[in-house]
Amino acid sequence: MKVLIIGAGIIGAACARTMSRRGIDVTILERGSAVGATSSAGEGNLLLSDKAPGPELALATYSLDLWRRLPAALADEIGNFTSIEFEAKGGLVVATSAEESAGLAQLAEAQRGAGVEARLLSVDETLELEPDVTPSMIAAVHYPQDAQVQPTIATEALLASARAAGARVLVDTLVTGSRRDASGRVVGLTTNRGDFDADHVVVAAGPWSGEVATRLGGTLDVGPRKGWLLVTTPMAHRIAHKVYDANYVGAVQSDGGERQFATVLESTAAGTVLIGSSRENVGFDADADVAAWGAIAARAVRLMPALRDAAIMRAYCGFRPFSRDHLPVIGADRDVAGLWYAAGHEGAGIGLAPGTAELLTALLLGAPTDIPAEPFSSLRPSLARAA
Amino acid sequence: MTPDVLVIGAGPAGLAAARAASRVGATVALLDASDYVGGQYWRHLPASRAALDQSVLHHDWSSFLALRDEIEGDPRCDVVTSAHVVAIDGDGVHVLIGASDGRDRERRVYRAAAVVLATGAFDRALPVPGWDLPGVFTAGGAQALAKGERVAVGERVVVAGTGPFLLPVAASLGQAGSRVVGVFEASPASRLLRHWLARPWEFGATPDKVGELARYAWGQLRERVPYHVGQAVTAIHGDDHVTSVTVSTLDSSWRPLARGSRTIEVDAVCLGHGFTPRLELAIAAGSRLSAQRFVEVDADQRTSATPYFAAGEITGIGGVDLALAEGAIAGHVAARGRADDLELRHARHARHALVRFATRIDAAHAIGSNWSTWLTPATIVCRCEDVTFGDLLRVSRQSRATGLRSLKLLSRAGLGPCQGRVCGRSVEALLEVRAPGGHLTGGSTMDRRPISTPVRLGELATWTTPEVRKP
Amino acid sequence: MVTRLVPPASDPVEPGAFTPITITVNGESVSGVLGQTLAGVMLGANVLAWRTTRRQGRPRGAFCGIGVCFDCLVEVNGQRDVRACQRRAASGDVVVSQGAPPPREDR
Repeated sequence: MKVLIIGAGIIGAACARTMSRRGIDVTILERGSAVGATSSAGEGNLLLSDKAPGPELALATYSLDLWRRLPAALADEIGNFTSIEFEAKGGLVVATSAEESAGLAQLAEAQRGAGVEARLLSVDETLELEPDVTPSMIAAVHYPQDAQVQPTIATEALLASARAAGARVLVDTLVTGSRRDASGRVVGLTTNRGDFDADHVVVAAGPWSGEVATRLGGTLDVGPRKGWLLVTTPMAHRIAHKVYDANYVGAVQSDGGERQFATVLESTAAGTVLIGSSRENVGFDADADVAAWGAIAARAVRLMPALRDAAIMRAYCGFRPFSRDHLPVIGADRDVAGLWYAAGHEGAGIGLAPGTAELLTALLLGAPTDIPAEPFSSLRPSLARAA
Repeated sequence: MTPDVLVIGAGPAGLAAARAASRVGATVALLDASDYVGGQYWRHLPASRAALDQSVLHHDWSSFLALRDEIEGDPRCDVVTSAHVVAIDGDGVHVLIGASDGRDRERRVYRAAAVVLATGAFDRALPVPGWDLPGVFTAGGAQALAKGERVAVGERVVVAGTGPFLLPVAASLGQAGSRVVGVFEASPASRLLRHWLARPWEFGATPDKVGELARYAWGQLRERVPYHVGQAVTAIHGDDHVTSVTVSTLDSSWRPLARGSRTIEVDAVCLGHGFTPRLELAIAAGSRLSAQRFVEVDADQRTSATPYFAAGEITGIGGVDLALAEGAIAGHVAARGRADDLELRHARHARHALVRFATRIDAAHAIGSNWSTWLTPATIVCRCEDVTFGDLLRVSRQSRATGLRSLKLLSRAGLGPCQGRVCGRSVEALLEVRAPGGHLTGGSTMDRRPISTPVRLGELATWTTPEVRKP
Repeated sequence: MVTRLVPPASDPVEPGAFTPITITVNGESVSGVLGQTLAGVMLGANVLAWRTTRRQGRPRGAFCGIGVCFDCLVEVNGQRDVRACQRRAASGDVVVSQGAPPPREDR
């Protein structure tokens, strides 16, 4: 079986690795360079904490289990590669108002019902875990399962593993259209570097997936949702957990109509602290935006006043692949045979990548899936309603 | 803050731009991160440390004094020193006023009718084994310490690299009491002769030539220093500071020849392999860059992004006279001065001759393609993050990555506090030739830095605007 | 290895009266002249390195001298990440070598 994957971000890389290791002949077509966009512009979140019970949480739990096994598996597959910095550091969601606190407790209870470890902490317990969290906090929930990877290195490692299993990664290769047979089935792609044959084509082009689908004659409503991150200079100061404010869950689930801010703070292995983030649907505009940085900084200082003196040396923005019902599309195009999607993971693509790859590979092979795939179908009612 | 013309950078180009803009009646704000004007070229002692005669350290001190006095005495020109431009976005030019790397500094947003970017350039230093030892300085850094601090960086010093700038650096060191035991110009004599001596009539057309500056520098040297061409410092030795250097004779591609290498005992080394323009603000403004990675400008010094102009070294390395001419044109046009103005015509004429001259200097001192043969796997390339040449080779080989973003994150090159300012171009060059396909893809470079100077989180936290405060 | 202030008596710029200042560097008194940067004061007193790098612990002092390379970062009066070559020294400034955070052990 021959599969063409469009896009060498984390989703395309994970799909390529999984498929090539099941004997599928995989070629990734990437118009720029691998990991050149969304996958290298985020924190590398592997989170359960920001997901309410439902299909996304099921996919996240499934994926997290796969992530835990990846460092060892990759060591077998590609040997002495740069560490992907997988770290099960745990998440700490902090509420600073009574209202946030009530919502947080409710969510944690529901998540516990779905098998997530979520422990409600007192102020003292919180400060013991993270001494620099604002003492004016009301409540917090500890999510020990939340984890982190270095997303760029992780994607390159997945690509290296896929290559080792026979996959090809072609950069500088822009897909210009689809080739069809008499029945209308996609049987290949046209690119700036010639034509390629395929039994199946997978669109994993992140926030450009909607655009690419249209170019191929398919239908997919996935577009960009911009976000900014601030980076400090390397600091002696360590934040042990991923620390969020309780607004994070709300912002993640918001409809994108207006600019949202929610704080996420974390130390990286390099000693820098990543400070996020914003969410806004403004197309692919990457220009600087001081007001967005200011809003992120203001929230961060409220959550962790000790960071007030930290030197910010960089701001970078990325575009999350936004799907209107906040669920990725993993499955076939609703009309065009041979055309598949693995796209629309918004800010959760790093975390959801291994599960997405497993799910899509099983669907392509006609095999049973480990978790239900229907909620991610392009035919699901919530997409029709949102449209 | 809404001046007619905002000028960023108070070196020769920025000073000339501010003067020209004011002379045609515009209100001007002139910003500089230092606490006095003059830029790197006219670096001098601050007012708190008076000296009778700084002219002995400068080729053209009197032109600086005239320029400074006119601007500082000009009621239309607001000279704002200790002004750190943090970012440029759609809202304006965002500035912090106060101590360098301070806290709680005053915030200003400039929204000017026109902006002249005159941010200059800094010395490029190629990685050399041992170049991170204390006692190694950039050539410009050693000169800045001599002129701006009256500090001598060592007793026995070598100056190495390429370009006419090495001579005035040697002169400055001599005037600070250091003994310059050698100046090593890596370009071979054949290339220097070909470009310097070709079309000699062009020398006559330049009103104030680099050659004149070199002669001036030569005259300032207390003793004749040995000036060697086709040679380079290819290794620097010492345990916790510099004690000696290896000097090698190079072929025309800068590969060391088997014979002709020697060791010289020194206690300081000054490296200068040309200059890197400070592009981050121009990039943030949306200005297009040339293939050589300078800011592209038209005959009026306009960049591709309205209302931004650019002048001086960010448009191409050309020296002080070209910077003055470009600044004068940019300031005049940015202030909507008359097109038939006599001074403008003079400036255009000067620029025309000087650009041709600069192109030749550039060709004479181009970096040789085989400089990386100096490196060993243990040589530090990224000084901030201790990334070695061997690290770069390993991540490139293991990942087969062609994207700079990946290669940076895999190796951590360029991700430290300097954000690739020092190592960026060298890292790109080293990775480019090793990438599968022989080039990097995706078009990303290390030049893009939306935050152009570090800002404290607490300062940034006050930068929310009403637009963002809505619930 | 000697970095030093040009002796005023033999300096061709003919320095006028200057104001001596004293700062402390890692607890030791270091004298300089008002108008110098922190890097200038330290180099003038033959202090060449005042920071170590994060990964290899290598010594760093001044390199570019013009605020570009960030080699010279110090902690001044309790504030980290100050470029010593850009900050004018004031009498009484307390300079501490910036403890380069060691690589994390618990990974």
